[in-house]
Amino acid sequence: MAGRAYPQKPDAVYFFGTCLVDLFYPEAGMAGIELLEREGIKVIFPQGQSCCGQPAFNSGHRDEARAVAAAQVKLFPKDMPVVLPSGSCAGMMRKHYPELFEGHTLEEAAINLSERVFELTEFLVHVAGVKLQDKGEPVRVTWHGSCHSQREMGVLDEPKSLLRQLGNVELVELQREKECCGFGGTFSVKQPEISAAMVTDKTEDIERTEAKKVVSGDCGCLMNITGALEKKDSAVSGQHIAQFILERTR
Amino acid sequence: MSAPSGETFRERAGVALKDGELRANFRRAMDGLMGKRAAQFADADEWQRLRELGESIRRRALSKLPDLLEQLEENLTKNGIKVHWAETVEDANQIVLGILQEKNAKTVVKGKSMVSEEMHLNDFLGRHGIRALEADLGEYIVQMAGETPSHIIMPAIHKNRKQIARLFKEQIDGFTYTEDAKEMTAAARAELRREFYEADAGLSGVNFAVAETGTLCLVENEGNGRMCTTVPPLHIAVTGIDKVIEKLEDAPPLFSLLTRSATGQPVTTYFNMISGPRSATDRDGPEEVHLVLLDNGRTRIYADAETRRSLQCIRCGACMNHCPVYTRVGGHAYGGIYPGPIGKILTPQIDGIGQYGDLPSASSLCNACVEVCPVKIPIAQVLVRLRDEAAGHCSRPAVKESGAKKSAVQDMVWSGWKWMHENPGAYKFMSGVLTKTGNLTPATVPLLKEWTSVRSKPKFAKKTLHQLAKEKGLADE
Repeated sequence: MAGRAYPQKPDAVYFFGTCLVDLFYPEAGMAGIELLEREGIKVIFPQGQSCCGQPAFNSGHRDEARAVAAAQVKLFPKDMPVVLPSGSCAGMMRKHYPELFEGHTLEEAAINLSERVFELTEFLVHVAGVKLQDKGEPVRVTWHGSCHSQREMGVLDEPKSLLRQLGNVELVELQREKECCGFGGTFSVKQPEISAAMVTDKTEDIERTEAKKVVSGDCGCLMNITGALEKKDSAVSGQHIAQFILERTR
Repeated sequence: MSAPSGETFRERAGVALKDGELRANFRRAMDGLMGKRAAQFADADEWQRLRELGESIRRRALSKLPDLLEQLEENLTKNGIKVHWAETVEDANQIVLGILQEKNAKTVVKGKSMVSEEMHLNDFLGRHGIRALEADLGEYIVQMAGETPSHIIMPAIHKNRKQIARLFKEQIDGFTYTEDAKEMTAAARAELRREFYEADAGLSGVNFAVAETGTLCLVENEGNGRMCTTVPPLHIAVTGIDKVIEKLEDAPPLFSLLTRSATGQPVTTYFNMISGPRSATDRDGPEEVHLVLLDNGRTRIYADAETRRSLQCIRCGACMNHCPVYTRVGGHAYGGIYPGPIGKILTPQIDGIGQYGDLPSASSLCNACVEVCPVKIPIAQVLVRLRDEAAGHCSRPAVKESGAKKSAVQDMVWSGWKWMHENPGAYKFMSGVLTKTGNLTPATVPLLKEWTSVRSKPKFAKKTLHQLAKEKGLADE
């Protein structure tokens, strides 16, 4: 992120899997863990973790969000980076925890945690300094960056720079790369018609690239986009970037 | 085509989404505006510096708003401009009517003014036998069609050239059908020119009211603003109390941010600085100039440090131009005076959460608006704040009709959600159940039904990440 000071590569990191990865995309989480381990970094996975609290925070239920967030804050006490395979949940912890805990007993711990939070690709590029060797077949892919990854975490180019390290991967960018896919958490069911229009446009943009896969760093967007692609029997499939990279480099 | 009807935002949006022509009009227009703006701010450092300056100017002005308003009144009065204070739109309408009646004015030509839209001024004057004619081309079209503006800068942006040509054919005597923009503009111009000369009064908005000098700045492209404020013998300006800036030197950076953000123009064709009525030696200009300063809920918005930031707005419209929701449903779906992201935060605050509490939910919180706001209004943060207010869970409620959308069902759902996610044992149990049986949930249950309208059902994994991490032997702490 512009202006963010990155630490030296650590010996160990915490991994916060996020609730969507936990329930729907655990293989993406495992791929992220493996990418970190491959760099010689020990990964600690606190079993008490659940959700960052964002669904309640964005729905006008701040007290419930804080209670759930408080349970997470306590799980990452050591001065060690916390890596998330999601720009949106990382944004929640990094940007909104300080505000959420303002004036509460856990404020200091929450601020401390927020300063140690990294989105996975950001961490791989700026802290781990990964070098990728592509072993996969030639393939054309496109990239969907989540809004919160771009605009809350400032992570825009990092995932694409990883994809560009892969020699056999042709990255074709979307025409409206920065436009929201229409997920927005509860937005997708509170305003289903608009959300549907947004994701429909997104899948059309994706199909226009003639890519075989759409790769993303956020499972909320992925669930939305791949769900819409599947529903219309599209030839394009979706995958989390951690899994995509891991499959091509091991 | 008429404005999408419906009781709620969702209903109106649903109607708009089905109107292919409307959607194409907005998409085309917004794409153009986004491109033009981006070209203006190609230098990212310059953009950051300028918007920080813009933000600081607006925040400084708001920090001393009561003092600046007093200073503004004092200096305007010195300059011969009569100042009126209106707490409500009713007050403002009565003041305007009073001024017009005193001069026995029967016709008013208007420059673009969103505050006059807030006042529903045209209807009000019409009921009192006074004809108000919009002279901004977009507003002129909208008024002719019996509609309201769908965008704060480009009021008729929901219409394409063909639709306007058909409207002119129906409404302007002697109009020879053409879809040529220049010829259509010329036809409107010929009509308006006559009106400017004959009108008894001119009415305009204000972009910046400079406290230090008592100057009203008016930004426009068509010259109608200048005509409205100089040709008729009487000029009435209406504006919100939030539009005041401290010094004259604050105006140029805001002007630059405004025009570049709004239409991608480095400057507009006209920048009017109104500093008083015609003097004894002037050969033209109005004999009287009045300013009506409208509160309409702004003092309440001002009172809270977080909601106050909504008042930083300079009405450039960049937030709507870049909004994926606005682009798809257009301005009328919002139902209030101000559409788009800024409308989603202003309308519920001005008109109350009871009627407009659903607007803050009509956002994916993508933050595209926050990224382009030239004065750095934290729109997403205020949206979330308004969701707290709507649900009745704000620790320091400050918004009109706070809690009006409180729902016992929602409270129960989130309370259950909390319990499951703050207790690791409960979470483990629930995630275990979901991975085993979650995929059996029929797609017809609420929420899943909405989700599967255009998507397949999400598939629960066979094992959670918790389980896989444990099997892999990852350390727990």
